Order: sequence, then C-alpha cells, then structure tokens
Amino acid sequence: MFEKLKSGLKGLVNKVTTTELKAENLRPILSEFKLSLVENDVAFPVAERICDEIEKRLDGVQVKRLEDRKKIVEENLREVLLEVMQTNNNIDLLKAVEEKRKKGEPFVIVFVGINGTGKTTTIAKVARFLNNKGYSVVLACSDTYRAGSIEQLEEHAKRLGIRMIKHKYGADPAAVAYDAISHAKAHGINVVLIDTAGRIQTNRNLMNELAKIKRIVNPDLTILTVDSLTGNDAVMQAEEFHKNVSIDATILTKVDADVKGGSAISVTYVTKKPILFIGTGQAYEDLEEFNPEKFVNVILK
Amino acid sequence: MALERLGSSLYEAIKKIFRASIVDEAAVKELVRDIQRALLQADVNVQLVLNISKKIEDRALKEKIPPGISRREHVIKVVYEELTRFLGEKPAPIKIEPGKRNIIMLVGIQGSGKTTAAAKLARYFQKRGLKTAIVCADTYRPGAYAQLQQLADRINVPLYGNPKEKNPVKIALEGLKLFKDKDIIIVDTAGRHKEEKELIKEMKMLEKNIKPDEIMLVIDGTIGQQAMVQAKAFNEATPIGSILVTKLDGSARGGGALSAVAATGAPIKFIGTGEKIGDIEPFVPSRFVGRLLGMGDLETLLEKVREAEVKVPEKKAKAILSGKFTLTDMYEQFEAMKGMGPFRKLLKMIPGMSYNIPEDMLSMAEDRLEKWRVMIQSMTPEEKENPKIFNASRIRRVARGSGTSEKEVKELLKQYSMMRRMIKMLRKKKKLPFFGKGMPFEFK
Ligand SMILES: Nc1nc2c(ncn2[C@@H]2O[C@H](COP(=O)(O)OP(=O)(O)OP(=O)(O)O)[C@@H](O)[C@H]2O)c(=O)[nH]1
Ligand SMILES: Nc1nc2c(ncn2[C@@H]2O[C@H](COP(=O)(O)OP(=O)(O)OP(=O)(O)O)[C@@H](O)[C@H]2O)c(=O)[nH]1
Ligand SMILES: [Mg+2]
Ligand SMILES: [Mg+2]
Repeated sequence: MFEKLKSGLKGLVNKVTTTELKAENLRPILSEFKLSLVENDVAFPVAERICDEIEKRLDGVQVKRLEDRKKIVEENLREVLLEVMQTNNNIDLLKAVEEKRKKGEPFVIVFVGINGTGKTTTIAKVARFLNNKGYSVVLACSDTYRAGSIEQLEEHAKRLGIRMIKHKYGADPAAVAYDAISHAKAHGINVVLIDTAGRIQTNRNLMNELAKIKRIVNPDLTILTVDSLTGNDAVMQAEEFHKNVSIDATILTKVDADVKGGSAISVTYVTKKPILFIGTGQAYEDLEEFNPEKFVNVILK
Repeated sequence: MALERLGSSLYEAIKKIFRASIVDEAAVKELVRDIQRALLQADVNVQLVLNISKKIEDRALKEKIPPGISRREHVIKVVYEELTRFLGEKPAPIKIEPGKRNIIMLVGIQGSGKTTAAAKLARYFQKRGLKTAIVCADTYRPGAYAQLQQLADRINVPLYGNPKEKNPVKIALEGLKLFKDKDIIIVDTAGRHKEEKELIKEMKMLEKNIKPDEIMLVIDGTIGQQAMVQAKAFNEATPIGSILVTKLDGSARGGGALSAVAATGAPIKFIGTGEKIGDIEPFVPSRFVGRLLGMGDLETLLEKVREAEVKVPEKKAKAILSGKFTLTDMYEQFEAMKGMGPFRKLLKMIPGMSYNIPEDMLSMAEDRLEKWRVMIQSMTPEEKENPKIFNASRIRRVARGSGTSEKEVKELLKQYSMMRRMIKMLRKKKKLPFFGKGMPFEFK
C-alpha cells in the first residue's frame, strides 16, 4: 500500500545524502519530495509542514563522512514522520470495553463522518470484531435521514445476528441512540455502536445536530471515519469534525483500493488522534488494526 | 461600435504603454508557484499540475498582457485556458436521442454517490418531460434496493429491481424488457474499485449485455490523487462516456474530477451539490475552474480580460501617440462613451485608479455632450486641430455661435487641456494623475 511513498522517501534520502546540508541545497530536493508526498495523497499543507521541519532539522548539520550523512538524514526523517504520526492519546479498545463491562455499563461508540465514507459498513465490521472477542453488541440506527439507511444497517445486523434499535425515518437521531443505550443497560449488552447520517463538514445545521447527539449520548468514543481515497479535504474533514464533536480516534476505509497512505498522515497530523482501524474490503473481516510505528517503518524500509 | 471608437485612441494608447512594460520573470514564477499550490490543494493530479505550470510559465512570459489586466489576472486566464483544454469550453450537453430509448449506466467507486445520482438524474430528465425509469443492478450492497426504492418513490419514477436475485445482468435485462417504452433508463450498479477484479469483470458483463448508450462515471468530489488511476481502470474496463462529480457542496475543490477527465477523455456533465434529489447542476467549466483555483467569481475576471482584449483599429491611436490629440478627438471619445459602461471599466482597470472614481463623476450628461457638439461645430478647422490658438475673442465668437456662454467654452477647453496632458503623460509612461475634482472626467 505504501510503495510509492516509500520510493519517494528513498529518493529524498539518496539525494540529500549527496549534497551539503544547507538550506539552499535542501530546498529544491525537499520541494520535489513535497510533490512526492502530495502524489501519495498527503494533503498539501501537511506535506509542506513535513518538508519545513526536515529542512529545519538538517540545515547546517555538520557531517564528515557520507555514510554518517545518510544515517543522519534517515534518522531525522524517521523522527519527523513519527512526530507527525504522534497522537496525544492511545486507545486500547478491548481494554476500555472490558473496563466498562466490569462496571456493568455499556461501552458506547458514535461513528461520524462525511457521506459515503463507510460508517455503516465499518460499524458492522467492528460489531463482528467485538462479538468475536466475546462482547455482546447492539446497533443504533441514528441515521434516520438517508434513503435505505435503516434497511442497510438492519441487513448487517441480521447477517451478524445482533440486534438493531431503530425508529422511523425522520425520527430524532439522538432519541434512537438513547433508546439503544437503555436497551443495552436493560439487557446487559456490552457495547452500543451508533450509526449516524453522513454529513458534509461545512453543513452547520447537521454539525450542530451531531453535537446534540453527542451531548445526549455521552459516548465513550467518538470515531471519525475517513475514506482513504480522500485528498486534501481529509484535513478539512478532520479539522471540522474534531472542532465540532471532538473525536477520539479515526478509522480509514477503502484502504484496499490501492491507496498510497497519505491520508493516514494528514488525518493523524490534524487530529493527533490514533487510527483505530483501517478498512480493507467490503467483507466483515476486512478490518485491520493500525500501528503508526509499523507504518513509518514500512515506508522507511 | 462605440467601444471600438473609444478604443481607437485613449484605450490603445494605454495599451501601448502597458505592453512596453518589462516582463518581470521573478514575479511570473512567483505567480505560477501560487497557482501550483492552489491546484495541488485542489487535488489536481501532480503530473498534470507540473505540465500545466510549465505551459503557464511559458505563456505568461511570452504573451502580451492587455492593458488594465494585472499579471495575476492574465496568468489566471492562461490557467483557465489550459484547464478548459481538458474540461471543454462549454458545458457538454447530455445527448438524448429522441424517439429512442437511452440507457445510462452509472459506475463508480463505493460510496461515490451513484445511487443518489440515479435518482437525481431521473428527476432531472423527468422534469424535462422525458419518460424515465431506474433499474437497480446493485445486488451487492446491503439495502441497495431499499435505498433506490425510497428515492424513486419520492419522485414517482418507476424502478425495477429484485433484492433476492444475485445476478445483476439478469436484473438489468429484465428491467430493460419492462421499460421498453421509456425515453431514458438509468441503471445503478454496485460500487467497486480497480483492485476488485471480480467486480470489474461484473461491470464488463453488465456493459456487454445491456449495451448502454452512455456509461457515466460518478466520482467523489473529495477524491485525491487516486482519481487518475481509478478512472483509467474504469475506462479500460468499460468506455466512460461522461462524468458526474458529487459532494461539491463541501469544501473539496474537486480536482480529482479533472484527473478523471484526463484519464478517460470523457466530459464532466453534471455536478452533485447536496444529498437532496434536486441537488444536481449541469457542469459549467468556468465555475469549476474558479473553484479549483479557490476564486469565487472567475467569470467576471474572464469577462474583464476578454473585454480588454477587444481588437481595435490602431490608426487613431497612432495619431494620438505621435502627438496629435485634437478637440475633435476628444469629442469623439466622449461621444463614444456616452452612457457606456466599458469606458468606466477601462478607467477602473488602470492601476492606481481602481478606486477613487465616484460613479457619478463618470456619468456623462447628455445635454452637456450636446452642447460640446454645437460648440465644436462653431469652431474653425484650425481651432479644432490646434486649440492653443484660442484667445478671448475666439472664445467669445464660439460662445455666441453655439448659443452657449463663454464660461462653458472655457470649461470645454479646460477639459481638453487636461485630457491632453494626461495623454502626454501616458506617452511618457508616467504615472497617471490622481483623478480628483476638477479633473478631466468630472462633468458635473
Ligand atoms: N472496498 C471497500 N469498500 C468499503 C469499505 N468500507 C466501506 N465500503 C463500501 O463503501 C460504500 C459506502 O459504505 P457505507 O457504510 O454505506 O458508508 P456510510 O458512511 O455509512 O454512508 P452514508 O451513511 O450514506 O454517509 C459501501 O458500498 C461499502 O461496501 C472498505 O474498506 N473497502
Ligand atoms: N453532500 C452530498 N452528499 C451526497 C452527494 N451525492 C451523494 N451523497 C451522499 O453520499 C452518500 C453515498 O451516496 P450513494 O448514492 O449511496 O453512493 P453509491 O455510490 O451508490 O454507494 P455504493 O452503492 O455503496 O457504492 C449518501 O449519504 C448520499 O446521500 C452530494 O452531491 N452531496
Ligand atoms: Mg451509513
Ligand atoms: Mg449505491
């Protein structure tokens, strides 16, 4: 998945290694590297920051041997990328769910994101994942807006053999979520997964609606799903959703579409939140955990 | 044409001056970099951006810039031209053959908005009096049929589908049989991407069997650099005839769609601007390029550039530049711009003058112009050609002859000398004088 990003980084290392580490020498090389990042769908402003940071670190560094220089460049690159992928919290989902279970309370997750990113499908995948780990799950269809949203989630629930709480189309999404949580409490269900309607982050009313759902539900986790095919808008989506409903983690979907991985960098850089899973297909088992260090290692290898 | 006459002198003079100015290479490069950033942020394919920037730079350095147009505006115009080379100058209309059944098949990546687009298009054609139907050939996504059914119900468009049937080709063929008498049939298909080989094969099978008149690629407006390879793969599997870009109601600029055009050679025909069925618009290239560049109103700018580029005869301009600017010339100028917008615009285009010109200052009173005409008619040819010779007695004679006052004749002469001075300054490439009260263009 990250082949191209990898080759871009290699090119950078090789070129930088053969020049003196001075800003004016570095700049054209970094400018090329910036384009390579963008080609891999790192959002432009994020790519720019990364290159600025690399320049700052390498400018004026004195090295005698060529070999040392290569090492220094690689080291700095790794550090910059790790820094970019640095999150200000870590989430151990199973541990968190387990803690709530011990308290006899359901663990509540709200899924948010723009239209068609894969919220509903991902919910089904996460439901199966938790089910397999021995946790009972109930789904809440808080998307009462989009045509067929109820039937879609219902079909997933049926296939997975789990309950779904629904109201009619047009009903208050917060009320559906509330009912699902009550249901979970009454029946000792461990996890509530709340599906919300897709919304474009610039839509004020819909973002307010989401904030309201969140106030009423008071979830343990709010997860933003981002389509990994997204280009620069990933930054806008991450910023706006985070600003409006403060997210705890992200999930990148459709990674199986031969994506280059840049969106992982953009989204993490903006939110400073971990990528909880990546979606790698349309089947339920197509859900993988994401490890940022591995990610950086893979692209630097 | 009035504008031509106007352009023939003052306008052309200004033009000359601006043409003479030296091309600042550094400034052009800076501008190109700005454009490059805008396009990259808009998700335009990186290679495409590099190609375009090179062309822009070449053209910006070589081409002459019309007067009143800033270099930035010129560069944007060049960008527009280079981009519309891909996009087409005019919106490409959807071809619907009358008296024939037209089958449109929608394809695209998962979640791009195909099903929603099926309903939007159905409504669009239905409103234009065409008998429309939809076929649901997505047997893959849970709830696909229910989604389409709810949408079709809302707009009263007949739908064929069968949630129990697993073979999309069979459904599609049955649907086509059922909708024999329709003008347009829209076939919705499951989402897929280039790596899902089985699904790509399925799409080919659908195409082979239903033989659509047009395959429309529905592309997500938020897509990044993947747009190129994905669109290419779709086009290789089944020939894409047109493109519909969705989710342009958000902040995404939609540059991925440009890649799709480059990869398929198909025009964008529609854009989706919301979740509702009515949120569909025919594609307008200039608006889209404006969006890519992050500029609201590109059309106005293009208008201005076009206006400035109007070709004008240079005879008079030459005369004026060679030192002649007679009272007759001036009269022609003002007559030409009588009640006319362009001159006002022209003045506003002159750098440093874009502000500080009150509207009423430029508006030409009809009666005053008429008086000028009579006054000038009362002058001798010599006076007209060389107004310097005016003295008190000549002024008195002209005033009496034209039925005006001496004061008015003096005013006319004052206007003339100010205008002449301005022309002279232009000739010397000096900065234009500040237009304040009592300046040539004050007629009140
Ligand atoms: N290939 C692939 N397809 C996916 C993945 N995740 C979701 N999809 C597909 O993407 C499409 C949209 O998914 P949904 O789950 O309906 O997306 P959503 O965010 O709930 O959509 P809205 O509720 O309409 O906003 C469906 O066709 C899914 O099968 C993934 O990881 N890989
Ligand atoms: N804001 C906005 N949302 C849109 C637009 N077009 C479609 N959508 C939404 O995008 C999501 C996905 O749309 P669908 O029509 O289900 O997409 P699809 O391509 O049929 O999806 P699959 O069949 O799963 O591949 C839905 O939530 C739609 O309401 C648009 O122009 N603007
Ligand atoms: Mg959904
Ligand atoms: Mg669909």
